[in-house]
Amino acid sequence: MQFIRSFKFLILVSLLVLPIVFHQIGMSFYLDLATRLCILAIAAVGLNLILGYGGMISFGHAAYLGLGAYAVGIPAHHWLYGGLDFLATNNGFIHITIAVVISGLFAFLTGLICLKTKGVYFIMITMAFSQMAYYLFVSIEEYGSDDGLVINTRSEIPLINLDDPIQMFLVSFSSLIFFMWLVHLITKSNFGLILSGIKDNEARMVSLGYNVYLHKLIAFVFSGIICGFAGVLLGNFTTFISPEMIDWSRSGELMFMVILGGVATVMGPLFGAIVFVILEEVLSSITIYWHLPFGLLLIAVVLFFRGGLSSLLSK
Amino acid sequence: MDYTLLLIQVLNGLQLGVLLFLVASGLTLIFGILDFVNLAHGSIYMLGAFICASLTYALDSYLFAVILSLPIIAIIGYVFEIFLARPLYARDHLDHVLGTFGAILVIDTIAHLIWGPAGIAIPIPNYLDGQIMISENIEIPTFRLLIIVVGLIAAFGLLWLVNFTKLGMLIRAGASNRTMVAALGIDIRTLFAIVFAIGATLAGIAGMLIAPITEASLGMGNNIIITAFVVIIVGGIGSVKGAFVAALLIGLIDTLGRSFLDDLFKVFMSTAAAENSAPAISSMSIYLMMALILSFKPKGLFPPRLR
Repeated sequence: MQFIRSFKFLILVSLLVLPIVFHQIGMSFYLDLATRLCILAIAAVGLNLILGYGGMISFGHAAYLGLGAYAVGIPAHHWLYGGLDFLATNNGFIHITIAVVISGLFAFLTGLICLKTKGVYFIMITMAFSQMAYYLFVSIEEYGSDDGLVINTRSEIPLINLDDPIQMFLVSFSSLIFFMWLVHLITKSNFGLILSGIKDNEARMVSLGYNVYLHKLIAFVFSGIICGFAGVLLGNFTTFISPEMIDWSRSGELMFMVILGGVATVMGPLFGAIVFVILEEVLSSITIYWHLPFGLLLIAVVLFFRGGLSSLLSK
Repeated sequence: MDYTLLLIQVLNGLQLGVLLFLVASGLTLIFGILDFVNLAHGSIYMLGAFICASLTYALDSYLFAVILSLPIIAIIGYVFEIFLARPLYARDHLDHVLGTFGAILVIDTIAHLIWGPAGIAIPIPNYLDGQIMISENIEIPTFRLLIIVVGLIAAFGLLWLVNFTKLGMLIRAGASNRTMVAALGIDIRTLFAIVFAIGATLAGIAGMLIAPITEASLGMGNNIIITAFVVIIVGGIGSVKGAFVAALLIGLIDTLGRSFLDDLFKVFMSTAAAENSAPAISSMSIYLMMALILSFKPKGLFPPRLR
């Protein structure tokens, strides 16, 4: 047990220190990789809240990444090129507020409908709604349609300069730690216990008098907001925002991270994101057809290896 | 309003609806009977188009290519069932989703390796390339009419197969109680593999039919699969009849929305506002319809009584 705790601690410390060391000796590539990793891990943490702890299998969480990224891109676009004055701003706090409100609202409205359904219906409907967001952004020419939106700026936050790659990384890393801690708190709270009760036996929770629908909806909205925040970071990190971020294979990759890392664990989403980003990097450097080994690996994981990486560690 | 244009768009909508039905009926059959979620169904649709395209050039005949592609796609479906679907039947739906998501990546990349990144166009054969006069000034392309007819034949053939044949009887029996059917001496595994092969063939037919119009391309499967999901959700997962009604409804709404929504919006808003908002709304129209239907009927229009 002691060994596992120190192992997890070691991973976190290396994730913080190694990229900065690499950057200082001129290998900035690894810093970018680590930033991307942290951002994807935040989204996976958000998805884990409902998938892992709540048993709601959402196949549409890339939509929130996209919404968060466009919440940076659209105001910044107008700030740079004019039009829609009420929206045009470069203020990071306003970007975050817009992202939180929009992704929360999208989660609330789609959740109202999705959560009436269960099982396969839920998987497919979340997928369909994220595809709706995808086509929405594809159809808006002002924001670049499927070519995407390039913003030559980043959100302005007092005392922080996101143009500096180290600061960008530190912001992403500390956000990741914050959300891991927050989700940990939520799952230990009364609300979290009710949520996992619903996952294990929904009928019993109904007969115990809990409002199952409401609890699921709150968790769903909260999970969407976390992913929306990850989207704000992603938009700032890439400064290129396209509907491709919302594509359903992105949602599939997020699910892969959560499942591979081990559902309903604090560190699971991070492990999953580490494995995914490293795999993607290594495989795509070997061959442009990296989806082939990745897909085979995914099938192998599903067929032969259940419970994810965290289950190996806790044994 | 221009009635000729309206009629042509209605026919286009029917054509899309029929293609959606061919893809969605396989999905709903596989889910309704095998309780298996197959995300990779769209990839089989894509394979149908590519295999048919290659064979068209090899045999120099679209017709022979289609005839030869049918058993190939059926075999692919059969093999897919044995290696990926069968080990996962006992698992939960999450594993189905992840496993078949992996299968999509594998199939799409293999297609990329074999056929390259660009699409392959198939010329429409001369005898199907004409126009059919409906009245003095209305002509519709023969090939589009053929798609509608073939789709309708497939739809009724499937309903006939499931409801009025011995195989259909076994399939329905297997869906309601696998163990009992197996105990009666029926090879339920082979039966299920046959269902899978039928579903794959239907999707393959859709791919073969659309290839001469759009061309066989890598993204085509992933584009249609989500719409096919919307179809089976709206129709009620597991219901072939529901898939048929929902496919035509969605085909019509999508096509008509894209062509007439801006005219409709101009009635109550400025031209500029209508031209800006109409594409955005029409791209969302089928999802909004899905949301509307589900808020009244969470299990779709025709929820199957079984299970």
